[in-house]
Amino acid sequence: MAVTSTKPYVAVPRDLVQNFNGKQIVYVCWDHHMLFATPLMLVVEPGMLLGDLLQNVVKPLIGPDPDAAAVDLTQVAWMKSGQPWKPNLAASLADNGIVHKEQLRFSTPGLNSLLAA
Amino acid sequence: MDMQVAKKKLSLKEKYKLMTRDLGWDTTYHTKDEVFPYVKYEGIKIHDWDKWEDPFRLTMDSYWKYQGEKERKFYAIIDAHAQNNGHLNITDASYLSALKIFLQAISPGEYAAGKGFARMGREFPGVGTQVACQMQSIDEIRHAQTQIHALSNYNKFYNGFHAFADARDRMWYCTLPRSFFDDALSAGPFEFMIAIGFSFEYVLTNLLFVPFMSGAAYNGDMATVTFGFSAQSDEARHMTLGLECIKFMLEQDPDNLPIVQGWIDKWFWRGFRLLGVVGTMMDYMLPKRVMSWKEAWGIYGVENGGALFRDLARYGIRPPKGWDDADKAIDHMSHQFMLALYQYNFGTAFHSWIPSEDDMAWLSKKYPDTFDKYYRPRWNHLTKLKEAGTPFANMGLAKLCQTCQIPTVFTEPDDPTSICQRETEYKGEKYHFCSDGCQHIFENEPEKYIQAWLPMQQLFQAPISGDLGAWMNWVSLIPGKDNGDYDGSEDQRNFEAWRKQATSNQ
Repeated sequence: MAVTSTKPYVAVPRDLVQNFNGKQIVYVCWDHHMLFATPLMLVVEPGMLLGDLLQNVVKPLIGPDPDAAAVDLTQVAWMKSGQPWKPNLAASLADNGIVHKEQLRFSTPGLNSLLAA
Repeated sequence: MDMQVAKKKLSLKEKYKLMTRDLGWDTTYHTKDEVFPYVKYEGIKIHDWDKWEDPFRLTMDSYWKYQGEKERKFYAIIDAHAQNNGHLNITDASYLSALKIFLQAISPGEYAAGKGFARMGREFPGVGTQVACQMQSIDEIRHAQTQIHALSNYNKFYNGFHAFADARDRMWYCTLPRSFFDDALSAGPFEFMIAIGFSFEYVLTNLLFVPFMSGAAYNGDMATVTFGFSAQSDEARHMTLGLECIKFMLEQDPDNLPIVQGWIDKWFWRGFRLLGVVGTMMDYMLPKRVMSWKEAWGIYGVENGGALFRDLARYGIRPPKGWDDADKAIDHMSHQFMLALYQYNFGTAFHSWIPSEDDMAWLSKKYPDTFDKYYRPRWNHLTKLKEAGTPFANMGLAKLCQTCQIPTVFTEPDDPTSICQRETEYKGEKYHFCSDGCQHIFENEPEKYIQAWLPMQQLFQAPISGDLGAWMNWVSLIPGKDNGDYDGSEDQRNFEAWRKQATSNQ
């Protein structure tokens, strides 16, 4: 539905990929690990290898969770835009079809120390 | 000075007529539509503006008198507070975080409401409505002024109060209320009335000005109590004005019903989301607590709100979409917000902290079904990290909701172990939401919300381009003073030292 307005209403999105100096936003969520208040917002280059993103960016960020040491990010189950997804860790984000503001989620069934009580 | 008059005083009804309705006139040089260009485009049909009844029948002369009396009392108490070092009478300086959030995020909202009502006073053709809106506009500006004045006393002694105006425009968490008001101010006049008169006044300020102000009293903060009580009598009138406007629209034409219902759905959800902050202030930031957020919502949300919707049912209005989701969220939202404030506290101009054992015992009593199960284990783990010398700071930054702009901290209505994540695509761009409610609002008016100024996204664009230090400078946040854990802060040290001086001879 369009905006109710007195004349034609033209809007420009404020977070287009071209505003990010060659980088893009990727959201990564570790399902059921809510020590992290929200999914992680990352701003990275689309040419980066997915494996490098997971190893060098995501892994250190999830470190404070007590389960982090037990997680092998190359073996977890992934979702992309809400659908099950098989990533290629040796390919870039772009080649994996990870577009600007993509939401990736991974789950690690059976591993959830902070909710085990 | 009273003048001698032979004729007896006017009755209230006559006076109201002379001081409001008789101030209006019919236009002759221009048509009514040219003079009031924004009153029809939303689709609301009004056939007789004279049917508008101001429930308070308030006229300007009595308004000046009441408000003048309130101002005199207010300034006398504030002066006494300042002269007697009232800031040392509060329970603990950690309490001031609630006031810092109030000043940075909520007082500018009062000013925005003032601007909005000034505009509505011009845009509504009915004279009764114009006068009521003008008075509310002055009230809102007065609230902003008294709040800023009362809290300026704390600015002399504590950090985090000095740059609230910069925070309003630039600080990430201030986009919550700002986007709420920007949304309302960029709507038509009738939608504005639902946004502010219904959602903000009815749903929000009752919770803000009654239980929160009682909390201020309980914590020895006479400055805040004073502005709260001074504002509360106005708020009651504002709520009535909002409700009167809803009834007026519904009584004027049956075609108005679906439009009004849509706005009630939208603005209930927006108001509810914004309220989460108040819940956190009540549950976590008051050292002495009057009631929990859950209890307050039970009285002011479920009971009062429920009564309102029963009252409106005769016009065909049903409880807003999202009413049930709100009910499910009550047990969780204050905890989810506080966990976020703690892990991002390097980027806030107030302090947050891990709740003490005593606090957690209270939270567990007030939230018997959720606190021990879901939230205590996280706080215990955060305590462990802190004790190990590696306190948790989340450098992943927060994913924000495109509509409410709140970090997406909320969980699925039926699964408190899973963050609620919704997304949609519009013109090839992805947009993310914290809830079905916010996604629904976006999808009704996507063009409006694609323009959202989302602070995390902006941080990585020019001119800041991801430089956290440059950002802190830009938002006037002084690292090491304004931000971080309360434990070990300058505010904590000063408060303890000054209090000791006040109670000892050493």
